Amino acid sequence: MDAPPIITLTAVFKQFGRFAALRGVNAEFAAGGLFAILGDNGAGKTTLLRVLASLAQPTRGSVSILGTAELRSVRHELGYMAHPSLLYDEMSGAENLRYFGRLYGIRNSTDAGMTAVGLDPTLTRPVAQYSQGMRQRLSLARALLNDPKVLLLDEPFSNVDARSAREMVALLAQMRSAGKTIFVVTHQASLLEGTADEFVWMEAGQITNRNRELRAVETR
Amino acid sequence: MSKSSAVPSGVTAATLAKDLRLEWRSKDALNSMLFFSLLVVVVFSFSFDPNAEESRQIAGGLVWVAFLFAAVVALNQTWARELRNHVLDAYRVSPAPANSLFMAKALGNFVFVVVLEVLMTPLFIMFYKLRALGPAWQLIPVAALGTWALVVNGTFFAAISLRTRSREIMLPLLLFPVSIPALLAMVNATTAILTGELSAKFWIVLLTTYDVVFTIACLLLFELVLNAE
Amino acid sequence: MKRVFPILGLLTAVLLSYALYEALVAAPTEQTMGNVQRIFYYHVPSAWTAFLLFFINFICSIQYLVRPNPVADKLTNWTVLAIAIAACIAAFVIRPLPEGMEPSSVATTGLAIAGLYFLIKKCFSQTRTDALAVVTAEVGVVFCTVVLVTGPLWARPVWGIWWTWDVRLTSTLVLWLIYISYLMLRRFSTSGQTPVLAAALAVFGALDVPLVYFSIWIFRTQHPQPVIGGGGSIDPRMLHVLLINWLAFLFFAGLVCWSRYRLEILQREVEETQALEAMLEPRSRR
Repeated sequence: MDAPPIITLTAVFKQFGRFAALRGVNAEFAAGGLFAILGDNGAGKTTLLRVLASLAQPTRGSVSILGTAELRSVRHELGYMAHPSLLYDEMSGAENLRYFGRLYGIRNSTDAGMTAVGLDPTLTRPVAQYSQGMRQRLSLARALLNDPKVLLLDEPFSNVDARSAREMVALLAQMRSAGKTIFVVTHQASLLEGTADEFVWMEAGQITNRNRELRAVETR
Repeated sequence: MSKSSAVPSGVTAATLAKDLRLEWRSKDALNSMLFFSLLVVVVFSFSFDPNAEESRQIAGGLVWVAFLFAAVVALNQTWARELRNHVLDAYRVSPAPANSLFMAKALGNFVFVVVLEVLMTPLFIMFYKLRALGPAWQLIPVAALGTWALVVNGTFFAAISLRTRSREIMLPLLLFPVSIPALLAMVNATTAILTGELSAKFWIVLLTTYDVVFTIACLLLFELVLNAE
Repeated sequence: MKRVFPILGLLTAVLLSYALYEALVAAPTEQTMGNVQRIFYYHVPSAWTAFLLFFINFICSIQYLVRPNPVADKLTNWTVLAIAIAACIAAFVIRPLPEGMEPSSVATTGLAIAGLYFLIKKCFSQTRTDALAVVTAEVGVVFCTVVLVTGPLWARPVWGIWWTWDVRLTSTLVLWLIYISYLMLRRFSTSGQTPVLAAALAVFGALDVPLVYFSIWIFRTQHPQPVIGGGGSIDPRMLHVLLINWLAFLFFAGLVCWSRYRLEILQREVEETQALEAMLEPRSRR
């Protein structure tokens, strides 16, 4: 992976009142890699992803994505998936994707996006009646709508059955082969063993370890 | 899939269409607001029961206070669906402009409040035996401008209230003081038209000025408010 | 700083006592209202002080919103300069001026506005501007409350009514309501960017007040109401006492604002230090 860095974090601090979620993160991430972000609760993984998604402004330091520090100008190249579903419970899957597609200027059919994650685009059920696994898949489909160069996924496998999780990992590997850079925050690191290019361990708001091997990074 | 770095267009229309569709589908909020409006009219009729002549003098005020209550109930709902699954994050991450979201929400609220007004007005006319002695057609611009005045600021302050405790009480708390000139104009214009004694022209001009000033202010400042963590 | 404060305090105490003496004893008794009129020397300076404080809050709010954005910042600078220049030109070109305005006062006001704007810009950083906004809002509300209490106290014995919807009293009431809602927003906000939200509200409030004034003015021409306080000319001796009281009130407001400001800055410094500690020290693993 000696491609030029697509994401650079320089001395990034993020504070919420008296709580310092990120305490001086310095890192470079090369393009086309699948990075697993690991760590205990409160280590700052979600905050890191939110800073990259420009949902949170760093208190100090700078972030550069795709060569620019103006993250708002590259929003069309980012895909973000969070722990809440970021979907409308009252609409069907297809309706949700169609609406969010409009936010990216996409007017074509979004059915392909649904089938890519293994969902049936003709389902008229509202998302409120989806199982958790289906909801996570739809959330991923939403993150992929605009064919982003950078994917930021926060705990995509939580509460998802083993088979769906494996299918999602296979999909992510496919996306990575297609040239996307993918960040996955997860507590289930074993799911990405053999697929992720690098495992990144965060602790107390800092990146403390990075390695291609999961065993080298896990401290227990 | 088409993708460009240009700002997407048609976001306002898409968002407005989605909101109207969802509202129509669930009809929960709509039904409860309609019933609430009916209750307000009935309560007012019991509390203020003058004869026909006096009623024309105070009807302007009564009607608009009733509309104000109904509007606050509608406005408190503005962002309810977006809050449920943190949908606003999805919006902020996309390249869609913040102002498109604002206009869509404000227009949606405008439609809801107008529906409520259309329902409440015949009831008021009936209970108070109202008849416009002045040019009745002027009531339409007054209603439109007045409703927009309440709704545009209400949508903005509803967004501010998202980041506060006691959300439902913060909205009217912030909205009422700022709306006072608009309320004065609405009430006086309506009274002028109903009694036919004075011209509503100045009030209509004032309402228009208020609407222009605050619509611009909302559009300039909404992005900051949306992105306040 | 530590030495100036007690001296200022003493000076304020002296000024206030002198002003009180002037107001209660030395000023001539008003011919129609009698001694009740003396509350006027409390009522009017409080109003002027409150308006000045709220205006400073408005300037701070605008600066807080505009400063992070260089384009908007420049635009606002030029707008403020334009207002000052326009005021100076208008003062001497527009004839006749509206009632009660003199060319020199219009021009001075325009220049004072610009001067105040750039002075605050130069002397206060972004966080300090926000601290100043909080302080002026709080102290302004106090003085505004004084206005709203002394108004009815004066009106009742003199005109027989507690309240009237005249231009000045109503505008003051709306201003008071707006700033109470401003303080409530500050208190109830859970956002990390409360200053931004509060500043937006202050801007809305500032846009609202002229509209209130104008709407009540139209209302009054359609429905004449009793006017509290009267207008027109004032006995020069009374004007003298009025100005002395205003000076004393300004000193007092300055004193209170200063202590409140220091408290606010100290509080923020404590929070920042705690945050810095949290940032630098390693946290224990759970």
